[in-house]
Amino acid sequence: MGAQELEQSSLLIPEVKSRKKRRDVHAGDRRFFWTLRAVALLILAVLIAIAVQLFLVSLPAIRHFGVGFVFSTDWNPVRNRFGAAAFVYGTVVSSVLAIAIAFPISLGVALFLNELAPRRLASAVGFLVEMLAAIPSVVYGLWGLFVVAPWLRTVFEPMMIRYFGFIPLFQGPPYGVGMFTAGVVLAIMITPTISAISREIFRAVPLSHREAALALGATRWETIRLGVLNSSRLGILGAVILGLGRALGETMAVTMVIGNRKDIALSLFAPAQTMASLLANEYAEASDDLHLSALATVGFLLFLVSFLINSLARFLVWRVESRQKEGAPR
Amino acid sequence: MNIRNQLAANDGRRRLKNQIMCAFLFLAAIVAIAPLVSVFVYVVQRGYQAMSWDFFTQLPAAVGSSGGGMANAITGTMVLVALASLIGVPVGICGGLYLSEFGANSKIASTLRFGVDILASVPSIIVGLFAYAVVVMPMKRPSALAGGFALAILMIPTVARTSEALLKLVPVHIREAGLALGIPRWKVIIFIVLRGSMGAIITGIMLGIARAAGETAPLLLTAAGSQHWSHGLDQPIASLPVQIYTFAISPYDEWQKQAWAGAFVLVLFVFVLNIGTRLIIKRPTIAKD
Repeated sequence: MGAQELEQSSLLIPEVKSRKKRRDVHAGDRRFFWTLRAVALLILAVLIAIAVQLFLVSLPAIRHFGVGFVFSTDWNPVRNRFGAAAFVYGTVVSSVLAIAIAFPISLGVALFLNELAPRRLASAVGFLVEMLAAIPSVVYGLWGLFVVAPWLRTVFEPMMIRYFGFIPLFQGPPYGVGMFTAGVVLAIMITPTISAISREIFRAVPLSHREAALALGATRWETIRLGVLNSSRLGILGAVILGLGRALGETMAVTMVIGNRKDIALSLFAPAQTMASLLANEYAEASDDLHLSALATVGFLLFLVSFLINSLARFLVWRVESRQKEGAPR
Repeated sequence: MNIRNQLAANDGRRRLKNQIMCAFLFLAAIVAIAPLVSVFVYVVQRGYQAMSWDFFTQLPAAVGSSGGGMANAITGTMVLVALASLIGVPVGICGGLYLSEFGANSKIASTLRFGVDILASVPSIIVGLFAYAVVVMPMKRPSALAGGFALAILMIPTVARTSEALLKLVPVHIREAGLALGIPRWKVIIFIVLRGSMGAIITGIMLGIARAAGETAPLLLTAAGSQHWSHGLDQPIASLPVQIYTFAISPYDEWQKQAWAGAFVLVLFVFVLNIGTRLIIKRPTIAKD
């Protein structure tokens, strides 16, 4: 089996197929192959171990609370009552908020860089956008806490409350730290992800699509809409879902700007808590077994959701890229 | 005549729409890099103000007294990253080698590729939980070892994927040339492919280190933090990101200033690594056919 695959995978010597030559010429090759494969499979083993281990630790809490765990908002370590609804809500709302802000911007950047900007400008701006991804999460948290949050509290939130206060989402006092701030900071953090993948998707669209639109007398924007956007919807969806996956799991920056309050407030400006920020806040201090188990359950849920979301996104992006590879690359 | 007018009006509308949308795309680019500029300006400005020689040589000052530094956190981050590299780099490179040299069309390799992608997207706090259960619980206390273990897991996918992508750039004919001389495959891979793309490997390592150095969440659980020098690898150890976090959320003005200085050092470090990798990749020594 091993030797066969060794040969099959060798893109180099397709002729080595006769039975006689199938035996390894060099014994070292076989050992080398298996060592590499063993170490490589260790990576898979770690992934599986993470899932299994989390599940085992969370088992007591799952048995104790059942499905009600995700519907109850009562999280009280002192009384040993645990329900994660508030954190699930916080994670979902902050991530959706982040996508809502980041989606038009990252798509705009990607289109601008790929379709409009001169090459020099595109590579410079593209580099800057990529650097956004390199900034550590804790630095975003620091910046969010001391720059974004005060600005939102004194300028943006009062304005929204004044003009849109009739919508329950924008009622209540402007805290500065809270769900909305978390959404804004998350949006900044996922913009590079979404725009980088969108750019790759757009690059995979054959040049002939654009030329066809131009030949029909389309304007620049119409060319983009007809020749580029139309055929890359699935890929864009994949990019957005990938961004969502990043937003769901982001911990430090969110922990620092979301205000860490353990219940559901209707107002976006109120403090909240996400699953990840709950773990960052409580896990190191938890000593009670049930408390630890409940926290592990939150972690397991987070792992499961991010696994599903990322698999879906990979599938979408990969399908689009492999399908379009057949067309002329740009 | 009527149709002509209509067409003209239509044309105007299309042109207007075109201009509006192009302006929007341009605006989006500006909005996207504005935060980067803002982060950079604030980190440099506030960080520089709080920067002093003491920052690199002194322990954190007690509450109320000014001065002090993050010497223990800076060395702590170095220790943690070194520990992480000790595990993460070899495993990551083996993964990258396997995927690029034997991963052309086997089921195991494509599963592995998927697994590496998923591991890269596992929230870092989850990796922290795992390291907590595997290392901290048996040892009964947070330690540098646990922190290094968590960072290693976070590093592996970055190293593996980068080195795979760059090793694949080595032209097939170079491998063929080696094999044609009767050199065993493993020697071809190690002494020709791998050695010939040292730049690729270093790039992968640098990106992995950049990722590990900035991670905070898993370290909160595994390495904890400390205001003192570490006394051993089995003891809690300070790290730059955790120190920044602790100081940032503290109510003390002096500590918050120190947090900015820490962020300045961290951002500088990460940027230098990232820009360095770009210079290496752009160098013509890596063949591109």
